[in-house]
Order: sequence, then C-alpha cells, then structure tokens
Amino acid sequence: MNRKIHNFCLCILILFSSQLYAADGKLISTPGVTQVEGSAGGGLVPWAQLAGYASRDEYAANVFCSQGKVDDFRLRSCGAQLNLFDRVELSLAQQWFQVDVLDTEIKQRIFGVKARLYGDLVYSQWPMLSLGMQYKDLQDTAVSKSLNADDTSGADWYLAASKLHLGAIAGYNWFWNITARYTDANELGLLGFGGPGENKSLQWEASTAIFFSREWAVGVEYRQKPDNLDLNEDDWADVFVAWNPNKSVSVTAAWLDLGSIAGSSDQDGLYISFTGYF
Amino acid sequence: MIRLIPTWIVVLVLLSGCAHNTQQTLFDKLGGHDGLTNIVNELIKEIGKDKQIFHYFRDARVSRFREHLIDHFCAITDGPCQYTGDNMTDIHTGMKITEKDFNRLVDLLVNAMEQENIPHPVQNELLAILAPLRRYIIYI
Repeated sequence: MNRKIHNFCLCILILFSSQLYAADGKLISTPGVTQVEGSAGGGLVPWAQLAGYASRDEYAANVFCSQGKVDDFRLRSCGAQLNLFDRVELSLAQQWFQVDVLDTEIKQRIFGVKARLYGDLVYSQWPMLSLGMQYKDLQDTAVSKSLNADDTSGADWYLAASKLHLGAIAGYNWFWNITARYTDANELGLLGFGGPGENKSLQWEASTAIFFSREWAVGVEYRQKPDNLDLNEDDWADVFVAWNPNKSVSVTAAWLDLGSIAGSSDQDGLYISFTGYF
Repeated sequence: MIRLIPTWIVVLVLLSGCAHNTQQTLFDKLGGHDGLTNIVNELIKEIGKDKQIFHYFRDARVSRFREHLIDHFCAITDGPCQYTGDNMTDIHTGMKITEKDFNRLVDLLVNAMEQENIPHPVQNELLAILAPLRRYIIYI
C-alpha cells in the first residue's frame, strides 16, 4: 500500500512535469529543492526560500518524492507544497521509515508552514529570512513508546537565513543557508518527541553550495540533532548534486552520512529526490 | 561530516586558483564595445520574440534603447563610456514592472549572453552588478 502511494506520487510527478500551467517568476534553481520533511530546502535542511517558482504575483504548487537508503534503514517521503505569492509556503509530507532490524515500518505525517519575513535570495542587500513550523504526527507509535519518548507528535520551529551571491567564488554563484531549529524530535520525530527529562532545544543547521551553471549545483549540508533518548543520536551531513534542467522539475542526489541511528552505527547511503513544479 | 570537509576545501581552493589570472575589466571580458553591441542586439531580438514582456518595449525607439543600453553596460563594467541616459527610476516609473517580468528580462539577457558565448562566470559578474538596480526598477 505504501509503495503504491509512493509510486503514485512519482507517476504524477513525471506525468505533469511537462505541465499545463506553471508559475515561473523566479530565476531558475533559486527556489532550492525539497528536504525530507517537505519544506523547500536542500535534502536535510529547510532553507529560507519558499517552494516553487511563484513570484509575488503568483502561486505555485509542487509535488515531491524522495528516498534515503542507509545501511539499516530506509526513509521514503512524498508530499506537496503550495506557495502563495512567495509569502507563505504550506506543505504536507508523508514519511515511511523502514527499520530493517525490527522488520517494521514507521509512518509519520508532517504539516509545514513557512513565512517569508524579509528579502529575496538574489536581490536583497541582506539575506532572505523566513520563519517556519513543522507539525509532525507519528502514525506508528509503538517504537517511540518503547524508547520512552514523551510524545508521539510535536512541532519544530525554525528560523532560516539564505543568500545567493552572484559570481562570488571565481565567478560562480555561491549559496549559503543557516537554520536555527527549536525541536524535541528524535530522528525527525520518527522515534517520537522528547525523552526522560528532556525538553525542546535549539539545534543548528547549515548548507552551502556552488552553482557550476544555472542548472547544476554541488553542495554540502549539516544538521545538528538532539539526543533526548540517550541513543547517541548523531548529527547528520550530506554532499549533494542538484539539477534543475528547467523550471518544471528538479532532481537531487546526495551521499548521506547519518552516523548512529537507534544504536546502529555508521549509517551511510544514497539519497535521491524529485520535485515537480506547477 | 568531518571527512567531507577536506573535499570541500579542495574544491574551494581549486576554484579560487582560477580567480587571479587577469587584470581585464569586465568590459574587456564581455568583448569590449563590439561584444556589448552583439549582446544588446541579441537581447533586443529576444525581447522582440517574447510575448511576456514585449509590451513594455512596444513604444520604445529601438535605436535609442540600443545605444543607451550599450552605454549603460559599458559604463557599469568599467568601460571607456559615460552613460548619459536617464536614471533607472525615471526610465521605469509608471511601467509597473513585476518581479516576474524583471526576472524574465534576466532570463533573456542570459540567453543573449549564451548566444554570444560569454563564459558563465563572466555572465555572473555582469548580473551581480545589475542585480542591485532592481529596486529602482520594479513596482514603480
């Protein structure tokens, strides 16, 4: 069933990527791609940009699917985003987290909202600034309860600053993003929220990339994470290549370095993500 | 993450090596006066074919637009020119240019530079100089 939904999203995405109507008011590649919780961002980190090519006078809808497969786990994520006049981004994501050792799958739903507070990625003097929230609701709660997590749902709040500097590095465009996230989510919330005596804490995330052309970017990301369950939860990192062949579709591939997850160490693997823009 | 950092530093160092090979002005890198003329001609051709933004230019005199745009590009790229046209605000007041249409013009300028085989980093240098002018141009 889950695989069906995943494949269904993928099909829609491919079918409609040669679309009927599409907002195209932003410069190519500037919306970023989609991160695993459904917000516009890189692969792991939400960025200040709002999803899709809507300018201030347009709206845009996007769909995405991604998969990250490391040694003992696989996370699939599919969803959609709505960009209203490049001021507000609404997103919905469904996650399927497969835990090989338990032969089980943990599902989580995430509703996201992000508001642009200031600026533009390219044109404003200061970095673009956005405030976002991701409300996460675990649909399979057994594992989180067995690990003594406090809650099976929770909200992350984050503030993100991003900027694209034209021609900054040997003439190539340079992108950076810094995100501060206030969260108690364990492994994105897939292992519940909070833990014995643990509350929400501030975690830092960052990304940077170089655009070798209008279409191709290569970058790295880093995402700090709390360790509420005393499982030695590690920070996450990735190296990614993003390809925006046109304003209708983007493809991102990354190498994930997720460290230790629920006691299984050295979780590395490949990530791939597609986003279709309408 | 630790093992990723060295890779990244190597990439940056390699790139920065490319940065110190010239004393040329941007005007020179764009091919001087002839280069700019070709780019602007190509841009005018692109605008003429463009349904989205052609209407802004319908009443403009092409020869005057061409001359002033070449002069303007020449002046802002450290070329031997003086721009004598009106300032950005005066030119665009009343046109109510949207963010979307401004970006469309950027797309067309990039196309024009691609047609003229301007290297990607040189294109970015020109765009970096033009980008801060946007606030004197849109929604007025």
